[in-house]
Parts: sequence; C-alpha cells; structure tokens
Amino acid sequence: MEIDPFIFRLSIFILSIFIGYYVVWSVTPSLHTPLMSVTNAISSVIIVGAIIAALAGTSESIFNTSSIFGFIAIILAAINIFGGFLVTQRMLQMYKKKKDKKK
Amino acid sequence: MISANLAAIFYLVSGILFILALRGLSSPDTSRQGNYFGIAGMIIAIVVTFLSIGNFSSSLVYVILFLVIGGAIGAFIAFKIPMTAMPELVAGFHSLVGLAAVFVAIAAFLNPAAFNLGNVGNIKLASLIEMSIGAAVGAITFSGSIIAFLKLRGIMSGAPITFSGQHVLNLILGIGIFVLIFYLCKTQSTNIFWTVIIISFLVGVLLIIPIGGADMPVVISMLNSYSGWAAAGIGFTLENTALIITGALVGSSGAILSYIMCKAMNRSFVSVILGGFGAENSTDDKKEKKDQKPVKSGNAEDAAFLMKNASSVIIVPGYGMAVAQAQHALREMVDKLKKNDIKVTYAIHPVAGRMPGHMNVLLAEANVPYDEVFELEDINNDFANSDVAFVIGANDVTNPVAKTDPKSPIFGMPVLDVEKCKSVLFVKRSLSPGYAGIDNELFYKDNTLMLFADAKKMTEDIVKNLD
Repeated sequence: MEIDPFIFRLSIFILSIFIGYYVVWSVTPSLHTPLMSVTNAISSVIIVGAIIAALAGTSESIFNTSSIFGFIAIILAAINIFGGFLVTQRMLQMYKKKKDKKK
Repeated sequence: MISANLAAIFYLVSGILFILALRGLSSPDTSRQGNYFGIAGMIIAIVVTFLSIGNFSSSLVYVILFLVIGGAIGAFIAFKIPMTAMPELVAGFHSLVGLAAVFVAIAAFLNPAAFNLGNVGNIKLASLIEMSIGAAVGAITFSGSIIAFLKLRGIMSGAPITFSGQHVLNLILGIGIFVLIFYLCKTQSTNIFWTVIIISFLVGVLLIIPIGGADMPVVISMLNSYSGWAAAGIGFTLENTALIITGALVGSSGAILSYIMCKAMNRSFVSVILGGFGAENSTDDKKEKKDQKPVKSGNAEDAAFLMKNASSVIIVPGYGMAVAQAQHALREMVDKLKKNDIKVTYAIHPVAGRMPGHMNVLLAEANVPYDEVFELEDINNDFANSDVAFVIGANDVTNPVAKTDPKSPIFGMPVLDVEKCKSVLFVKRSLSPGYAGIDNELFYKDNTLMLFADAKKMTEDIVKNLD
C-alpha cells in the first residue's frame, strides 16, 4: 500500500518544528524583537496561496468572490512581507559593537 | 510554466532559506545576512508561484498592482515607525497574517478547483479539515492581535477585562468550533464555514481581553505562535512545503518565546491565559503602608554627584524608559560617565518592556553597543560589586520581595539584585506600584535614593549636572 502524501507533509511539519525549536533556542535574547518581526515576515509566505486564488479568476470575470479574497490577502501579506523584512533590517542595522565606533 | 515537482523543490529551497534566516539571529554579526536569506526565500517562493500557474491572463496585472500597493504601505510603515512602537507594530502585523490566512482559506473554500482540492460542495475531506483549522486559528490570531494592538497603543485600557463565566464561555465556544468543523465535513455547508470563522473571531477577542498589560510580552509571543500555526494549516491545504516549514518554524518560535517570558515572570502559561493579573485590587491598604514608611528622595544634582564618584554603574532600563523616550538622553549620560572612566553596563530583565527584547532594540537605537548590554543571568552577580544602580522605568523586575516574601504575587520571579549595589538611584514619577500591583520594597531601603521625575527630564538634568 502506498503512503498517503499527507504523511510526507506531516513528516516535514514535525521535523520543521524540531528544527525551529533548536534554531530559536540559539537566538540571542537581545535579538528577540527582530526575531518576532522576521518570523512575521516569513509567515507571510502565505501570499503564495493568495496569488493562486487571485489568478484563478477567468478572463471574463477577474474579480469573482473567491479571487477578491485572494486579492485582499495579497495586499495584507505584501504589507507584512515588505514591512516585516524592512523593519527587521532597520533594527539589525542599529546593533553595533563597541569597536565599530570612533572615539 | 514549470512542473509541480520542480516547484516543490523550489519551495523546499525557500523553506531552507527561512531556517537560515532564523539561524542568523544567533548573533548580531550574522543577523543581517540572515535577513537577506529570508528575503531571498520569499522572492523564490513568489516567483515560483507565478511560474507554476503560468496563466498570465489579465489577472496578473492586478496581482502585481496589489502586491505593489501592499508593499508600498508596508515599506512606508517600516521606515516611519518609531522603535518604541515596535510592540504595537508586531501585534498589528500578526493580525494581518491571521486575516490573510482567513482570506486564503475562504478563497480556497469558495473555489477549491483552483487549488486542486475538489469541487464546491465536494471538497476533499483532509483539505476541508485543514482549511477550517487554518481559518479558525487565523481568525483567532486576527481578532486577538487587534485587541493586543489596541491595548499596547493605549486606545484600549491595559487593565484586564473579566466577567464571571468567562472561561466557561471560552471553553464552550472552543468546543463549538470543533463540533462545527465536524459537521462542516459532513455537510460541506457554506453557512457552517462562515459560522466557524465568526465564532473564532469572537474567541480571539475573549481570549485577550482578560490579559493585563504586564503580561503583554507573553501575549505577543503567543499570537506570534498562533500566526505560525495558522500559516501551517493553510500550508497543508495548499500542499505547499514552504508554507508548512515556515508555519512550523514560526509556531515553535512563538511558543519558545512565550515559555521564556512566562519563566521570567514565574507565571504558568495557563494562569497568563486565564488572565486577570494586574487588576487593581486592595490598593487601599497599600496606600496606608506607603504613607508610613520613610523614603529618601533626591534631585538630579545628588544623582550626578553619586555617579561621578562611582567607579562602576549599572543601568536598569524598563518600560518607563520607552514611554518617556529617554533612551537617547540616557546614552548621553552614559557617555559623560565613561569620559570620567566610570565603567557602565546595562542590565536587562527578560520581561522589561512590552515584548521580548524590546529594551535591547531601544538601546541599540540610541547607539549603545550591544556588548555593553547584559541579560539577567549574566550580570546579576555584578550588582554586589558595583557602586550605583540606575533604575530607569523598571519596577517589578527589581523588587526584592520576589525573593523574600512567599505571599507576594511575584514570589519566585527572577529579579535583578539591584539592592545589593552600594547605592540605588530609582527614577520614577511616583511611588505607585508597578503592573503587579504591589509595593516595591526597594523604595524604602537605606541605600535607595528616589528621583521623582519624568525619566527623560531627570536624565537630561543629570547630564547637565555632570559637567
């Protein structure tokens, strides 16, 4: 009997939780705020679902009920992607070592 | 147009890049590179999605248009937001992820064929379960984050809102969601699907309103985690590896942060969720006690004198510093002290501020090098060997009661051993208790000098007196 593809996805999911567990524990506490903003940005990869939904409209009806939800989701996710990565970048630029400074 | 297999490989690559993005945050040196990995992963995921659809009809123009609109809004916010407002920003962003998850789930429910999930009224069972869980968690994340946002922004009072039967109601609604999902699978009814979403919105609100301001670091971390699980739920629906990996990463990241925050307050996760902490009760008898005990108070001149004659100073910043926007003035003060060959370090309690790492970002913004900033366990032994502790905007995290009085609500919470310093300067507007609603014993110690003023103004005055 073949294994259901769902089981494969579940395996990826469970293993990723473990990866996440170990990777996040190694994040230095002083970077916990950038951690939150970057996780915010990457979880907006949900935009792939929004794009599929938005492009599913036919040429006669670009905006049907389903694709409208897709389009709105694109805006929401895009705000998050750009906002999340840029604000993380802005924060990380501020973390400097003592040596970097001129006396 | 590329094949589904090739697309899946690329999604895997982008998932790995996201892992590397988080890995980079293990040190500030590698963190910027990590962020680029994250951006690369996102670009790959988006481009591959376009390529795998290959249907470059006129819809594409609108997709790009909306992408640009959203991106412009996001970029605008990212550049304009002051660092003190990071907690609200993160809460706001969580709500967007949650809502996006809900909308993608709705889109998939209304047009399952576009996602290869079957047809309307005959959606694959597994997909239906996954999308309704994704939608429910997304909806809870959305409304919960909105409440957290309003509380952090001060639009809504930070005081917990409780009423009798609250937890029973939450439990009933929670069970109701599962029952409805069960019936949804049997009937494929659109109405039930909408009901699940509406109830989930309600649960999100009810879940966060009883939680007080002091527990906000836990709430934000928790919502971070939820947004991850919502993304993972949608990832299963869309059979998308990148989304599943990301969801799992974000979910566990938020969970770990919640755990760290709970531990730093010595509170169990359950008691935070049940809420009600920090409610103003029995403040009357505390006021009486306060009047009886003598307090030494001083001015900026005294503080400057004490610090000038010290050889080592430890700064303990808290949320009050953020509110008063005193971080730049503080940095100026520290520069002057350093010129006099005084050793200055910063001690940060894990729950200082309104979100994990909040103080570190503010200090970084004020150009404080990160290797002068220490976490609780790394610096706590140094207080005994230091001359002056300068507490600015922190309160409960310095309260010795947590170590001495088993009856205190914060007993057992790890605190900074500020009282071991030769002298303590405590900048505070009044003697009012902190969020835990309890009096700080530190105020009445012989070696404590209270500086009653706004944190920023006091720091600026001290700077003037240091010349």
